[in-house]
Amino acid sequence: MSETPVDTRQIDASKRTWLIASGCVGAVGGVATAIPFVSTFQPSERAKAAGAAVEVDIAAIKPGEKVTVEWRGKPVWVIRRTPEQLAALGKVTNQLADPESKRKPAELTPEYARNEGRSIKPEFFVAVGICTHLGCSPSDKFQMGAQPSLPDDWQGGFLCPCHGSTFDMAGRVYKNKPAPDNLEIPPYMFLSDSRLLIGEDKKA
Amino acid sequence: MAVFKEISPNASAGAKLGNWFENRFPTAFDAYRVHMSEYYAPKNFNIWYIFGALAMLVLVIQIVTGIFLVMHYKPDAALAFGSVEYIMRDVPWGWLIRYMHSTGASAFFIVVYLHMFRGLMYGSYRKPRELVWIFGCAIFLCLMAEAFMGYLLPWGQMSYWGAQVIVNLFAAVPFVGPDLALLIRGDYVVGDATLNRFFSFHVIAVPLVLLGLVMAHLLALHDVGSNNPDGVEIKGPNAPRDAQGHPLDGIPFHPYYTVHDIFMVSMFLMVFTAIIFFAPEFGGYFLEYNNFIPADPLKTPLHIAPVWYFTPYYSMLRAITGEMMYALMACVLAGAAFGIFKAKLPAFLKPVVAVAAIAVVAMMLSIDAKFWGVVVMGGAVVILFFLPWLDYSPVKSIRYRPDWHKYMYGVFVVNFVVLAYLGVQPPSAIGERVSQVGTLFYFGFFILMPWWSRVGASKPVPSRVNFVAH
Repeated sequence: MSETPVDTRQIDASKRTWLIASGCVGAVGGVATAIPFVSTFQPSERAKAAGAAVEVDIAAIKPGEKVTVEWRGKPVWVIRRTPEQLAALGKVTNQLADPESKRKPAELTPEYARNEGRSIKPEFFVAVGICTHLGCSPSDKFQMGAQPSLPDDWQGGFLCPCHGSTFDMAGRVYKNKPAPDNLEIPPYMFLSDSRLLIGEDKKA
Repeated sequence: MAVFKEISPNASAGAKLGNWFENRFPTAFDAYRVHMSEYYAPKNFNIWYIFGALAMLVLVIQIVTGIFLVMHYKPDAALAFGSVEYIMRDVPWGWLIRYMHSTGASAFFIVVYLHMFRGLMYGSYRKPRELVWIFGCAIFLCLMAEAFMGYLLPWGQMSYWGAQVIVNLFAAVPFVGPDLALLIRGDYVVGDATLNRFFSFHVIAVPLVLLGLVMAHLLALHDVGSNNPDGVEIKGPNAPRDAQGHPLDGIPFHPYYTVHDIFMVSMFLMVFTAIIFFAPEFGGYFLEYNNFIPADPLKTPLHIAPVWYFTPYYSMLRAITGEMMYALMACVLAGAAFGIFKAKLPAFLKPVVAVAAIAVVAMMLSIDAKFWGVVVMGGAVVILFFLPWLDYSPVKSIRYRPDWHKYMYGVFVVNFVVLAYLGVQPPSAIGERVSQVGTLFYFGFFILMPWWSRVGASKPVPSRVNFVAH
């Protein structure tokens, strides 16, 4: 404490400059310290490494049946569609939001699935069973005709229990539903007539 | 430093001890006076004024039961479900602690919704209590975060899929959404990493913020003084005061309201304990049946709905479909047209309004309805923060507002309950239409408030509060 009287109204400009400068340096240090903390929110190396391809035996699947396998923590459906189900795909085209899978093709539909049935072989439909709206897994509504929560001329498909989005038997979303896009088709390939590999395709 | 007080050597031992402490920690003694024995609260409080104290009580119940639950709970995707069942079956009295905590969550929202409605009715958010209201809204947001993250911890089917849906809401944000959702989950799907971080947020991070906000809410309230059912300022410049300067329409919080609150607390605890003992799941509304099934990432339960306190907002989320977007665009354009042709705006602002409206409509056309659903859901909560600046009624309290305002508030409450009901129901065509109308009403209520709150003749406000001695 100095005894000399100081004119408090006078601002020491150089002191203020240094105060501002050290304040800025402190702020930079604060941000730099925050980075490692925020970074810990990212997926860990272990989480990134998980996610190998999954092999499925499809010989035992009867027409009209579905098996669900886990790939990268997500449900992947393998459905053997009946001829009636395949025939119904053409009837609903004008009610669908994106019947030709044109939206976000790189993310949702591999090249070999950009057809009416969104599959390599029309009979086998492979899709990630996660609604493109908010990530629920839609439930099977394979039976045709009127039923609760569905239109009277229902042609078979999927109903998301969370927000009521509907999809046809090729995972194509109906118009005016909360889900913006068709179900994702994962990369997959047939190893033989009875074995399917999910998670890799022939390009890879 | 405060002046050191000497006390008479003949004083009692108790008085000497008190003086010893007061000289060493005067802040505590000042706080007791400012917030308890000399905090004058209006004498005309009615039953609606109990819910603030009850919210404090429930907060304490949640903290204490939470501390004990953490002693037995395991935040691990493989062990969490089992550890909750362990608490329920094997930990002595564990079931009671757990049911107190789970029922406490629902009780918290019941109490807080009633507390907020009280504020709405009596204009408690209006000048000079805007910050009290804003701190309160922030507390409500924290509570929602607490409830949401806490619900993941039992790792049941509803925990898992509820978290999956809400985290994916963030993925709907254009450009940064998917990365943001990844940062929240810490994995590509909701998993162990998500459970661990939600546990951390639920037990320490959010409660700390919550406690800070509760302090701010109370301190700001005690600075400006409590409102009352008449909306009359008992500490205003012209308010009558006694010789000591205390408001004539006020009574000290302690002992008058502490005793009053203790009575109401015992009433509340009767209901609360009855639910804990006889209906802790409350028919699937407080603890959903599907949550007694362990989380299965491959299968969504056939009917998924959030817990009741989130369902009004959930209904609004579901209401935003592609069709609804056209209705919203029409609202934006109508609002802009009103601003340009009818409102008294400076001329240079009119083209700005027009351009902004066109930009918003263009965004509404180009971004998915999903994102707007999230905006509407978030907006439904955020709009509450602006309430102090939306209400232009010349009087604060519903008692002196035009009678038709009471019907307006009545419809608002019914609408909120209908939205909540639809949110627990499976999606249906009629439900969707009703929730769309309900969503428009909810937002209309707030956005059009600057106009409708001025319509009609308000009644004369008395200069003193209405009070009948018991």
